[in-house]
Amino acid sequence: MSNKNPRFSGFGLGLRREHYRDFLESQVPVDFIEVISENFMVAGGRPRHVLRQVRERHPVALHGVSMSVGSASGVDRDYLLRLKALADEIEPLFVSDHVSWSRTGGFTAHDLLPVPYTEEALDVVCANVSRAQDVLKRPMLLENPSSYLTFGSSTMSEWEFIGEMARRTGCDLLLDINNIYVSGANHGFDPLAFLDGIPLDRVRQIHLAGHSQGRDLLIDTHDTPVRDEVWDLYARAVARLGPVATMIERDGNIPPLSELLDELFVARRLSADSHAVLAEAV
Amino acid sequence: MLGRLQEDFRAWLVSGEDQAAAPFGAGAEAGLAVYLNNYRTQLLNCLKISFPVVRSRMGEDAFRETAIAHIDRRPPRSWTLDAYAEDFPATLTMLHPDNPDLHELIWIEQSLADAFVGPDAEPLALEALGAADWETVRLVFAPTLVSRPATTNAAAVWTALRQDESPPEAEMLSEPAGLIVWRRGLDAFIEQIDAAEYQALQAIVRHGSFTALCAAMVEREGEEKGVALAATLLSGWLRRGLVVGLSE
Repeated sequence: MSNKNPRFSGFGLGLRREHYRDFLESQVPVDFIEVISENFMVAGGRPRHVLRQVRERHPVALHGVSMSVGSASGVDRDYLLRLKALADEIEPLFVSDHVSWSRTGGFTAHDLLPVPYTEEALDVVCANVSRAQDVLKRPMLLENPSSYLTFGSSTMSEWEFIGEMARRTGCDLLLDINNIYVSGANHGFDPLAFLDGIPLDRVRQIHLAGHSQGRDLLIDTHDTPVRDEVWDLYARAVARLGPVATMIERDGNIPPLSELLDELFVARRLSADSHAVLAEAV
Repeated sequence: MLGRLQEDFRAWLVSGEDQAAAPFGAGAEAGLAVYLNNYRTQLLNCLKISFPVVRSRMGEDAFRETAIAHIDRRPPRSWTLDAYAEDFPATLTMLHPDNPDLHELIWIEQSLADAFVGPDAEPLALEALGAADWETVRLVFAPTLVSRPATTNAAAVWTALRQDESPPEAEMLSEPAGLIVWRRGLDAFIEQIDAAEYQALQAIVRHGSFTALCAAMVEREGEEKGVALAATLLSGWLRRGLVVGLSE
């Protein structure tokens, strides 16, 4: 593994079935597209056909949900080989997944389950990320998940854990601003402490999404527009980071594409404003 | 420690019982409830999305009851959520053993979904047949082609439901038949075929030899009619894009 992730500062959206036609039949004003890797890790047919066509028009980021780098039982070799085959064909902008686990033994939860922030878990995550990067022959981006549970065994903060993972494995980071906000609210930490604590020079991409108030906790639902408090945190993040690839995730109550493009315009404006302030300060 | 914690988490998600929550300590209840809800909702939605026609045919309550039973008895194993739908027909068959129409309907829906993302293959161009040595040539069929015996009018029911038309009452077929599913280009197809074509297709997919197919048809129908029938079958398979290549 020798190549590096590019510094790319465009604005993108996720490719969802409801918008296939828009992306195939018109020139959608986005700088990149992100797809859920697993949806396209199939033998053939329409999904791969659509992805190939979209790739002809836009850079594509592959974002996975099933690598399970937090699994004590290791990462699935078949999964990695299929992901590599897809990446070799698509030549993606980034390949990303989450700092979480979903598989134990022969069981897969199909959710982004939390890891305790312990030395043991750090060793496991680092070994799995390194193995994945060796198979993929490229550095990955790892994303901070939203979480609803903490463990008494944790000996470090989430940002310390993620920072050390990046240092040990050479992976880069996908910073999910909504997840920072949701986890901060659920577990009582200051989102700004998270931003201050991670190695900002390793952030290559940002996710934005909506969340909902559950009975006791905030839930990362991806089915509403980005909330004002998350936009505020995004502005603070890009003021620290400078230009960085940003995309909006929407997986439920999917609106017409024009509404998501309007939201993406807000991201463009906030990013430009923060850079202008940065430039003035310099 | 991490492996044990993950096994505890699995036990909680699969059972949802209070004693399975105990290892996580006091104060974890709200978070565990979110993960349990995510887990069960994700699987239920997967089954709903994978089998819209079967769901429509069964009705929301009966489908949901069957899906929940499946979630309780078959925790997911594969990294891909799509694979979770694969075992559902077995649960449905077990819980509804006297509904052959449902068994065939869910086979159709599952097979079409598999064909939709199956390996690509271009239908054989007719020009390729000119150069074939019919004494030795074998037909290669679409990798997405699957078949099964048909005993009910499930194909007609499926077609009506997919087109939002009023489906016919389920009924047994008066004669044995077969069902085939395959993909041509980007579109997957279902068709009910008669017993003679089903048997011929089963045989030729297995051994590939058109000469053997002709011999079988001649033995059954006589020289003139048998050869003509084999030619008609081949023509139909080519027209539908079932044949994707020739091999020696």
